[in-house]
Amino acid sequence: MQKILEIQHCSKKFGENEVLKDISLSVAEGQVVSIIGPSGSGKSTLLRCATLLETMDNGDLIYTGQYAAKSNGTEAIYSDKATLQQIRKQFGLVFQNFNLFPHYTVLKNITEPPMLIGKRTKAEVYEEARELLRKMGLSQKENAYPCELSGGQQQRVSIARALAMKPKILFFDEPTSALDPELTGEILQVIKELAAEHMTMVIVTHEMSFARDVSNHIIFMDGGVIVEEGDPVQLIHHPQQERTKAFLSRFQQ
Amino acid sequence: MELSTLLNTVQQLFGGLGASALIFILTLVFSMPLGLLVAFGRMSKWAPLRFLLPKNQTCSKALYAIATFAPIQFLFKIYIAVLRGTPLMLQLFAIYYGPYYLFGIPISLDYRFVAVIIGFSVNYAAYFAEIYRSGIESIPVGQYEAATVLGYNKVQTFFRIIFPQMCKRILPPVTNEAITLVKDTSLAFVISYPEMFTIAKQISAAQTTIMPLIVAGVFYFIFNGVVAFVMERIEKSMNYYR
Repeated sequence: MQKILEIQHCSKKFGENEVLKDISLSVAEGQVVSIIGPSGSGKSTLLRCATLLETMDNGDLIYTGQYAAKSNGTEAIYSDKATLQQIRKQFGLVFQNFNLFPHYTVLKNITEPPMLIGKRTKAEVYEEARELLRKMGLSQKENAYPCELSGGQQQRVSIARALAMKPKILFFDEPTSALDPELTGEILQVIKELAAEHMTMVIVTHEMSFARDVSNHIIFMDGGVIVEEGDPVQLIHHPQQERTKAFLSRFQQ
Repeated sequence: MELSTLLNTVQQLFGGLGASALIFILTLVFSMPLGLLVAFGRMSKWAPLRFLLPKNQTCSKALYAIATFAPIQFLFKIYIAVLRGTPLMLQLFAIYYGPYYLFGIPISLDYRFVAVIIGFSVNYAAYFAEIYRSGIESIPVGQYEAATVLGYNKVQTFFRIIFPQMCKRILPPVTNEAITLVKDTSLAFVISYPEMFTIAKQISAAQTTIMPLIVAGVFYFIFNGVVAFVMERIEKSMNYYR
C-alpha cells in the first residue's frame, strides 16, 4: 500500500514545554488511524503539525513521497511556499468547532474552495457539491447560512467542504467534542461511511468505542510521546502499558 | 425677524449644507480606504532584525526588544498617536498654513478646499484604522486556519473571508465616526472655508441674531438623522448571518 503520510522523528517545543518528543507515524492508503490520549498529550499539536498549521522544530513530514519538511539533523527545513501549497491540496482537516465561513451559504462554503483553489469548472464543482450534500442528508439546506444549522449539520457541511477538495487524506480534530451525544452519533455515522468507502483518515477523538470500531490502527499518546499503538481491539481491551491501562480504566468499566 | 429674511437665511445655509455634505462625502471616500492601509501598517509584524533572536533559548530583554522591533508598525503607531492626540482644528491650520510658513509657498484660495479634505481624510483615517484593526482582530483564528488548510493564500483569505466579516462587525463604530464627522465638518470654519457653519456665523454677525446658528443646528441634526438611517439600513442588510 502506498504511504500517504509519513512523519518521522517529529519534535516540537512551545518555549520550554516539550509538546512532541520524537514522534513517528505513517498512514497508508485506505487506513483509518485514531489518536487517543488525555488533554495536553500533544495529539492536537501533532495534527496541527501534520496539517501545516504549526511548524515542527525537528523531523520529516512527507505526503505521498513529497517532502513538506525535511530534517537536516538539528531542525526541520520546510519546503518553499509553492510546494507547501501543492501539498495542502492533498489533505483536508475537519475542526472541532467547524470553522465554516459564516457569511457564505452552505453551498458556497463547499463550492468556493474547489473553484478558487482547485481551478475546477463551476458546473462540475456544483454537481459534486450537491451530491456531497445529498450524502450528508443536507440537500434541503444548500441555501442556508451556517448560523441556521444545528452543530451536527454544521459539522457535516464542514466534512463536505473538506471532501469537495478531493483530499487523499482527511484529518479530524476531535470532530464531536462540541456536540451533544445525539449529534455526536450522526457525525460518527458519517465518518464510518467514509471509512467503508476506504477514505484515508486520521482521527483525534475521545470516543473510545468509536475509535475501536472505525479504525485499523490506534495510537495512545501521553506527555508528547506515543505510549502504545496497535490493533484497536487489542489496545482498547488489553492495553500493555500501565499509563494506557490507567487512561482506559474508566472506559473499560 | 421677517419671514423673507428667514427664508433668505435658510436658502443661504442650504448652499452651505451642500459644501458640508461634499466635505463629508469626500472625507469618507478618501479616509475609509486610507484607514485600511494604515490598519495594515499598524498590524505589520515585519521585524528585519528578527534573525538576531537565538533559536529555542531565552535571551536578554534588550536583545529581544531590538530583534522584534517592527519599524512599519512603529511608524503607523506614531501616525495614529499624533492624529488622534492633537486637535483636528490644529491639524487643519497646519495643513493650510504649513506650506507657506515652512516652505514659503504662496497659498491660493482654491487650496482651502484641498486642505480641508486632506486634513479630514488624514485625521479620520487614523480613527478608521483602529476600528478596522479591532474588527480584523475580532475574527476567530479558526477562520484563518480553515482558509489556510483549504489552500487560500493571504490575499484571498483577507478579501474573501476576513474583510466581509470585518465590515459587518465594524458598522456600529463606523456609524459613530460618520455622525461625528458630520458635526466636525464645521471645523472648516477655522480656515474660513464657506461650509454651513462658516456661513451661519457670517449671517449671524451681519444680522446680529442667533437665528442662523439655530437653523444650522437643525440642519446638522437632520443630516445626522439621514446618516443614522442609512447606516441602520446597511446594518439590517447584513443581518442574514451571525
